[in-house]
Amino acid sequence: MTTLALQNPKSRLRNFVVAAWLGWQIESNWTDPFLFAVYSVVKPISAAAILVVMYSIITQGNFDSPVFPYIYLGNTFYMYVGAIMTGISWTIIDDREHYKTLKYMYIAPISVPVYLIGRGVAKFIVGSISVTITILFGVFFLHVRIDPLAVNWPMFVLALVVGVLMLAMMGLMLAGVTLLTAHHYGAYGEAVAGALYLFSGAIFPLEVLPAYLRPVGYIMPTTYWLELIRRSLVGSVAQAFPTLSGLSDMQILGILVGLTVAFGILSIVVFRWCEYRARERGLIDRVTNY
Amino acid sequence: MDFAIQTEKLSRIYKIRGGKKSEPKSLAALSDINLEVHRGELFGLLGPNGAGKTTLIKVLTTLLAPTSGQAWVAGYDVAKDPEKVRPRINMVSGGESSGYGLLTVRENLWMFSQFYGIPSGEANRRIKQLLEIVGLADRLNTKSSDLSTGLRQKMNIVRGFLTDPEVLFLDEPTLGLDVGASREVRRFIRQWIDENRARTLLLTTHYMVEAEELCDRVAIVNQGKVLACDTPASLKRRLQQDVLFRLETSPLNGVGAEIFQSLPGVRKVTHRPQDGFAVLELILEEDSILSSVVNAMTTANICIINLQKREPTLEDVFVDLVGRSMEEVESSEQ
Ligand SMILES: Nc1ncnc2c1ncn2[C@@H]1O[C@H](COP(=O)(O)OP(=O)(O)OP(=O)(O)O)[C@@H](O)[C@H]1O
Ligand SMILES: [Mg+2]
Repeated sequence: MTTLALQNPKSRLRNFVVAAWLGWQIESNWTDPFLFAVYSVVKPISAAAILVVMYSIITQGNFDSPVFPYIYLGNTFYMYVGAIMTGISWTIIDDREHYKTLKYMYIAPISVPVYLIGRGVAKFIVGSISVTITILFGVFFLHVRIDPLAVNWPMFVLALVVGVLMLAMMGLMLAGVTLLTAHHYGAYGEAVAGALYLFSGAIFPLEVLPAYLRPVGYIMPTTYWLELIRRSLVGSVAQAFPTLSGLSDMQILGILVGLTVAFGILSIVVFRWCEYRARERGLIDRVTNY
Repeated sequence: MDFAIQTEKLSRIYKIRGGKKSEPKSLAALSDINLEVHRGELFGLLGPNGAGKTTLIKVLTTLLAPTSGQAWVAGYDVAKDPEKVRPRINMVSGGESSGYGLLTVRENLWMFSQFYGIPSGEANRRIKQLLEIVGLADRLNTKSSDLSTGLRQKMNIVRGFLTDPEVLFLDEPTLGLDVGASREVRRFIRQWIDENRARTLLLTTHYMVEAEELCDRVAIVNQGKVLACDTPASLKRRLQQDVLFRLETSPLNGVGAEIFQSLPGVRKVTHRPQDGFAVLELILEEDSILSSVVNAMTTANICIINLQKREPTLEDVFVDLVGRSMEEVESSEQ
């Protein structure tokens, strides 16, 4: 008779792996390698190049300033926000509207959050390709100075892992909100990613923002995450920005972990609530009619 | 309680938001549904468009919360224990092409089997076997985006059976399939249920034949209510005292079918205008009433082209219960 897949850790892991497999099948479907190159290579590099040109005009080509790698790396690593956070929330729209499988996922004995985060793995991999290429491009052609021997690798890896988890949980929260909205509002993920760009100190310090907006930046884990990534890669020069310069690496790591846990719990609560509302309102299998 | 599916005063009301200013309207898609489906039964929900069939399936498969009342599937409350219900059920909606187009047929099916914890080897064996049955075996490694809509639907049907659920829900499983494929699917559905009496299957349809030939019991639904629920034979027995005639006549030319309806002894008349003629279905209390109908026609200058006495079908049961044919109900809702 029916194989009862109770939600034990083993079946959760299998859900996760199968979801990751599915995500990879979809993301790696480069039937058109040209299109893939445009999206994963050309687009991020051009965006970085525009930033560099603007920087060089404003500072009259002052590439020696520690502000430069700060901006370049902030912008580059921010790509993970779009890839992971927005990517996970888009899975709802893809599965519901495009593949029309969301309802079949829902009636299956799986944990939907585990499934969604599993789908994000491929987005992380593809995002990593863009990030790596953009960094290498910066190092070789745009005067971004990263000394591999001076990089604090353990800190970098730790910050990356925590950051990826944090972005996945934020993606889950957005996925919940997406569940409650119609397709044409589905660009929530992108809107949130855009707004966070300004509030995370990606390319300018939070001090640039009006004082009443700064607290938004201070509670966003992305702010601490980007700072930690930059410090681990380019060391103390990253303290060129005043925002978090009073904090040690370990303090920032502590705050990042704390905020990640807090946002993680909040995400699960928000997602569960949205799911409950979606079931009440009949939105799990709704397809937008234009 | 050994019902595979049970509902108690189950209701679902949709709130429909109009424009910004207009008050939200509410629509009762299900009102006070009481159903009991036994383990081992092949149960049909028969009703016109908008009757609430899909809504009921959504509630029973934990996709939609009921507004009031309760429902149990495989012994568990769908609203309170969805995670207990889910491993025991599966569902297929016809007439839609779902699935990951860039995966092959096998990959699509294998993926879902993994979500149900079926060992990979066993899953592949079942996939082969089921695809064989629906005549899709040669498409095992075809990308599902390369399948026609009907073939994709067959793949979807296989997805439903693949996990060998205790309770399987099929929402219009043959919608959009050609006659041959529909017949094969119906045969397979019947075989699946007969093979193992621990299985239960609920299907919705608005095809009379499907309900009549396939189902052990049928609930006739309209406007969110169950009007009757019994075996097809018993449902038809309700009309046993009545006699049924099918008449083809010259066009009624503005004469309403109501004038026949008002004749004594006439229980129901439905009228379908066709190209150049008209079809009248009569349900009469006894044979002799026919002569008064024929007289009325002669008076109205309508000539009879063809006249046929026939056995009652579920369609007649529907007309008897609702007062109109399913076709009429559907066209009036559009
Ligand atoms: N999400 C929704 N929001 C508002 N009203 C809805 C929604 N879904 C269904 N309805 C309405 O509820 C009623 C029942 O719909 P349902 O889809 O259950 O009918 P059905 O019997 O499956 O019909 P069909 O044969 O056309 O599939 C209809 O009047 C329909 O318009
Ligand atoms: Mg329906």
